[in-house]
Amino acid sequence: MPKITFITATGESIIAEGTSGSVMELAKQYNVSGIDGDCGGVCSCATCHVHVAPADFNKTGAASEIEADMLELDDNVIKFSRLCCQIEVSDAVDGVTLTVPG
Amino acid sequence: MSEQANDAQTCVIIGASHAGVNLAFNLRIAGWAGDILLFDADPELPYHRPPLSKAYLASDDGLDSHRLKSADSYVQQQITLRLGVKVSKIDPDQKVITLNDDSVQSYDKLVLATGARPLIPPIPGLDAANNCFPLRTAADVENIREAITPAGGKNVVIIGGGYIGLETAASMKKLGANVTVLEREDRVLARVTAPVMSDFFTCLHKDNGVTIAIRKNVSAIESEGSTNLVRCADGSEYPADLIVVGVGIRVNTELAEAAGLKVHNGIQIDATMKTSTDDIYAIGDCTFHHNPHYDRWVRLESVQNAVDQAKVAAKAICGEVVVYDAIPWFWSDQYDVKLQMVGLSEGYDEVVVRHEIGEGHKFSAWYFKGDTLLAVDAVNNAKAYVIGTRFIKSGDLINKGKLADLGVGLKPATLG
Ligand SMILES: Cc1cc2nc3c(=O)[nH]c(=O)nc-3n(C[C@H](O)[C@H](O)[C@H](O)COP(=O)(O)OP(=O)(O)OC[C@H]3O[C@@H](n4cnc5c(N)ncnc54)[C@H](O)[C@@H]3O)c2cc1C
Ligand code: FES
Repeated sequence: MPKITFITATGESIIAEGTSGSVMELAKQYNVSGIDGDCGGVCSCATCHVHVAPADFNKTGAASEIEADMLELDDNVIKFSRLCCQIEVSDAVDGVTLTVPG
Repeated sequence: MSEQANDAQTCVIIGASHAGVNLAFNLRIAGWAGDILLFDADPELPYHRPPLSKAYLASDDGLDSHRLKSADSYVQQQITLRLGVKVSKIDPDQKVITLNDDSVQSYDKLVLATGARPLIPPIPGLDAANNCFPLRTAADVENIREAITPAGGKNVVIIGGGYIGLETAASMKKLGANVTVLEREDRVLARVTAPVMSDFFTCLHKDNGVTIAIRKNVSAIESEGSTNLVRCADGSEYPADLIVVGVGIRVNTELAEAAGLKVHNGIQIDATMKTSTDDIYAIGDCTFHHNPHYDRWVRLESVQNAVDQAKVAAKAICGEVVVYDAIPWFWSDQYDVKLQMVGLSEGYDEVVVRHEIGEGHKFSAWYFKGDTLLAVDAVNNAKAYVIGTRFIKSGDLINKGKLADLGVGLKPATLG
């Protein structure tokens, strides 16, 4: 089963396992603090922002155009930023580490 | 967290939806160490409402991917969820609430997050109509899904061309039904957008095979066997296997009124979300509040307002000095079109419309009053939405000429 590691703003590390749905839903299931997902995962709120570990960025891929535009709402945006409601849980993202910006 | 110890105190929240649930979790973040009790008449584990007319309605998914929080999260944060329990009374002097089984619960702090319910218009025959439902709860969606399965060839009439009506139309069409939207005004979304947006959405629905009929005042519904005939004042009539009523809401203020709280177009609150009575707060759709940015009293129906007010109330309850000062935002998804709105457009005197070159359904409407940007409606254009948000927040002036000039890129630096 694909495993994803979340690191919260306070440095807590949470390993989450799932088979389907979005990475945001997975984070909510594991109560990862800082991932609010207020819009329910439709790329409208930017409250599911994560920084992908640079070495894992080829696994998640880059943000889509609308996602990249929405990320501009957040001051903590970096080159490796994604809105994790736009990442599907699948084998392709097995083992990635995502940090919740502070 | 202030010095006042709250570990032996109880915070009771009435309403476990976007506002109430976010409040409960934010209380823990703000340092509330006492009990948190969250009551809701709805028996379902709290869920997101926006998908009810969008993705969830058009799918056969369960609700589980649309929960506000996982069941475990409540346990982990020691939040007691009391679902399927209706609160029938508040006694602000004794600081107790009464539940529908006549038991009582005392509180130190009370929060009303009672939201709103669908407005059911007094149309003769509506009560007795077959398969006639509003759309606000998961149970409503269950009813609608049951009535529409299988959807092929079924006639669906939607009364009301607001966001919920139009989203429902798109979802019903996706399921294969014949869909008609009956709107009383002379354009859809009349209450909330400029005519240019109404025109766009009317065309979008027509292109997708939905009938949009304006100036239709529904005067009666006749049930015939297992179906209905929806009659309008102008003599037109529409057969309907399913009727969805989406004509607006009524705010749930009865509990507050009976308890003597100040109510006017919603429960009146101050900048810290406190009502006119000490130790009682109100948040979300049920509130009438002052928006400092626009210097206006408003009642909003949006996830943004529910979540942001919850955050402010949580801090205020824990003794922090905070005020609510948010720019409202909202979204709507129909077919493959994403509408994002920021700001409050009421009172505008000019709309600048910008269609990006060569990109079909990608445009934005910028609402101004004089030189002040009030609001932006962006269609498939998150960039316009984000830039609009920045300009509204900063108050920096936008050059309208450059904004209207497609040769000028949509970038903050070039629009000033
Ligand atoms: C179909 C639909 C689509 C929407 N789409 C969008 C969208 O795209 N974007 C957006 O921003 N907003 C959207 N909204 C609006 C958004 O869902 C609301 O603004 C939001 O739900 C408000 O949250 P709330 O907690 O204030 O109130 P509500 O969600 O109305 O919840 C109030 C809760 O209080 C409970 N309650 C009330 N009285 C009592 C009582 N006496 N005892 C116990 N429980 C009680 C009710 O059962 C209810 O669960 C949509 C709404 C609907 C219905
Ligand atoms: S959950 Fe709203 S943008 Fe991801």
